[in-house]
Amino acid sequence: MIITVASGKGGTGKTTVAVNLALSLENVQLLDCDVEEPNSHILLHPEIAETESVYTKVPVVSEELCNYCGKCSKFCAYNALFVAPKTVMVFPELCHSCGGCALVCPKKAITETERQIGVIKKGEADGVEIVYGELNVGEAMAVPLIKAVKSQIKSNKNVVIDAPPGTACSLVASVHKTDYCILVTEPTPFGLHDLKITVQVLKDLGVPMGVVINRAGLGDRKVYEYCKTENIPLLMEIPFSKKIAELYSRGVPFVAEMPEWKEKFLEVRDRIKG
Amino acid sequence: MKLLVKEITVLSGKGGTGKTSLTASLAVLAQKAVLTDCDVDAPDLHLLLKPEVLEKREFKASRVAVLDSELCVQCGKCEEHCRFGAIEKQVIDPILCEGCGVCVYVCPVAAIELEKRVSGYAFISKTKYGPMSHALLNPGEENSGKLVSLVRKNAKQVAEKENCELIINDGPPGIGCPVIASVGGVDVGLIVVEPTLSGIHDMERAQGLLNHFKISSLVCVNKYDLNEENTSRIEEFCSSNGIKVVGKIPFDPIVTEAMVAGKPVVEYSPESSVSKAIEELWKQTLENI
Repeated sequence: MIITVASGKGGTGKTTVAVNLALSLENVQLLDCDVEEPNSHILLHPEIAETESVYTKVPVVSEELCNYCGKCSKFCAYNALFVAPKTVMVFPELCHSCGGCALVCPKKAITETERQIGVIKKGEADGVEIVYGELNVGEAMAVPLIKAVKSQIKSNKNVVIDAPPGTACSLVASVHKTDYCILVTEPTPFGLHDLKITVQVLKDLGVPMGVVINRAGLGDRKVYEYCKTENIPLLMEIPFSKKIAELYSRGVPFVAEMPEWKEKFLEVRDRIKG
Repeated sequence: MKLLVKEITVLSGKGGTGKTSLTASLAVLAQKAVLTDCDVDAPDLHLLLKPEVLEKREFKASRVAVLDSELCVQCGKCEEHCRFGAIEKQVIDPILCEGCGVCVYVCPVAAIELEKRVSGYAFISKTKYGPMSHALLNPGEENSGKLVSLVRKNAKQVAEKENCELIINDGPPGIGCPVIASVGGVDVGLIVVEPTLSGIHDMERAQGLLNHFKISSLVCVNKYDLNEENTSRIEEFCSSNGIKVVGKIPFDPIVTEAMVAGKPVVEYSPESSVSKAIEELWKQTLENI
């Protein structure tokens, strides 16, 4: 089973839930798809066994063969090629690697080369296998790296995915083709507003979902009312507690110090399995 | 004479460190700055600034492939050439489609077309604190970077029209495409960090991003008293990298109360220690732009 932990709003506790859930399960693989700012490893402290570079394809134009007809730049939907009367410029950071420019070039002047956009790290800690991506600083596109992290999914494992914040393409790439999504929110106006947008994404994708309310006790009751009206199950409440916040600040997953919470995470898993 | 508009972006790397709550308070203190919300896929600034929308425009940036099954001869060429895995058995998944047009090109019977789709909306509004430029990306869409660029372009036009000398951008979390679009060419990036190990890790990457684009950084530690040891580590990192820490804001549930009340905290509770710290931070920031 593949469970994704997402939120919309950042900093609601996705990583806390993902890591503590993973530590409560058996035979588990944790994938951190927040490749811009991966944090799971900061709580899990894995020993890294392997680091792999991830590449995307970008065009290379042979100036010898090119006759500057401009068909490639006209085709490119992402403005990644610019053709002037006597030169062609490629903007690799805009390229989506669709391969269209090479296809349309009448002179076969375009080939593709690989460009490194980040790395995948693999390791293990406390019985949890972890895979996380790290996007190079300055790199714009996270989706190819997210896909590379997800290509490491082992079908015989219980998989937990830690998704990035937001509700755009990075979230879609992370949650696509997963069996269930846990939405972590906080009971505040910001938490509720972003939760509503995320629920819409998941409905469009047809992924079943439930909510975990973190920092319960802060804010107001509107998230509870919303979940009730929308019939979204409330899976768990994690109270606002200085102890939990303090453990997090030091990089300690709270189930390690408060083992009674493992049972609660197992109950969440059982409810999800139905 | 053209006015020289200064621009500042509030960012963090890690989400939920307090960017939006801080930006809303800075909007009050700055008086007549143009405010933008560059977190276009999970915008929250409007919940505190309560804008009255003056203009709403459709944002059409993406295209999606649409297949006419009556014309399709099921040759499978589109599926073979699609790099995004968006076509399976002559069915196009609009979520995976990135609108590149390769399928349209390879289809021998012209059964596929690209259709423009509305990716979101851009708004120009007024608030009691100043003009506001903001947007809403449709759920699950791509092109958030382009929409951020549009929000900033609109803000600049408004700033010139209304004679505002400052633009304050509320940035998105992360360091990828929408963040790059939020910081490109600004005068200063104000990084809001919380004193947790994740917060520090993410601040370092956000700072690396600003460095990469040669933008100067300022740092503000939010909820600094939750872990003073980590706060010291942040201050050490900043001092050894020549970055000024412009403020340290204490933890106080009054910030959440203000959010529930839908008000910037410096307006909701001007005498609180949080508000005093933000006022001092703003003074320091202005001295360093």
